[in-house]
Amino acid sequence: MLSLPMRLWERVVAHCLDGLPLEACGMLAGQGEQVLEVYPATNAARSARIYTVEPLDLLRADRAAEAAGLSLMGVWHSHTHTSAYPSPTDIEQAPDPGWHYVLVSLSDVEPVLRSYRIVDGRAEEEPVFTPA
Amino acid sequence: MVTGKVGFGPARLLSGEATVTVEVRLPNILRPSAGGEASVEAEGATVGEVFDDLVEKYPGLRASLLTPEGEMHRHLNVFVNDDDVRYLGKLDAKVGDGDVVTLMPAVAGG
Repeated sequence: MLSLPMRLWERVVAHCLDGLPLEACGMLAGQGEQVLEVYPATNAARSARIYTVEPLDLLRADRAAEAAGLSLMGVWHSHTHTSAYPSPTDIEQAPDPGWHYVLVSLSDVEPVLRSYRIVDGRAEEEPVFTPA
Repeated sequence: MVTGKVGFGPARLLSGEATVTVEVRLPNILRPSAGGEASVEAEGATVGEVFDDLVEKYPGLRASLLTPEGEMHRHLNVFVNDDDVRYLGKLDAKVGDGDVVTLMPAVAGG
């Protein structure tokens, strides 16, 4: 389960829309299953097919999270033309089995946001709650 | 500040002393391989020497830090203070006493 407050859901989706036509990405910070802050990042790959969180943005997110008493707990990125499901590359390169992996699909009119846990090469969707 | 205690270059090589001590900050994913610590001390005048010291202390870290050929692992981000070592010579990047070396996984996908 992932708790993603609506104001943060909106920031995540807005960052993905801003990034078009390229994939967009950013880091999730919080405690346990609760996202309490999001850190938009630059897609260093500057691609519509792949993403790399700009390393210095990752460092800044880690420090900001720590200063706020939070931990990095996941990453989000957009799929501009495919569904909100992790690609083989996403699964292969998932850096931390403890993280939440949020996908935002922009392939339809309405953005679709889903979250996954990726452990031992398997992606499993988890419910996303969006409290006010 | 450089003090007499901090040795660089030939003098350091001759003495065999690694007197530069840095703090290495580890991401969650690497902590189990380093006794569960979030931050450990290591010695070395370059990132490569710091890695060698880390691997000596925590052999389980090797596969996450280095390729079998001894290059920096491509799925690893390494920062010396605020700088990405990719632009400082990677394993040859110099470190100074008291520097903070931060390790983070590369975050990427498709």
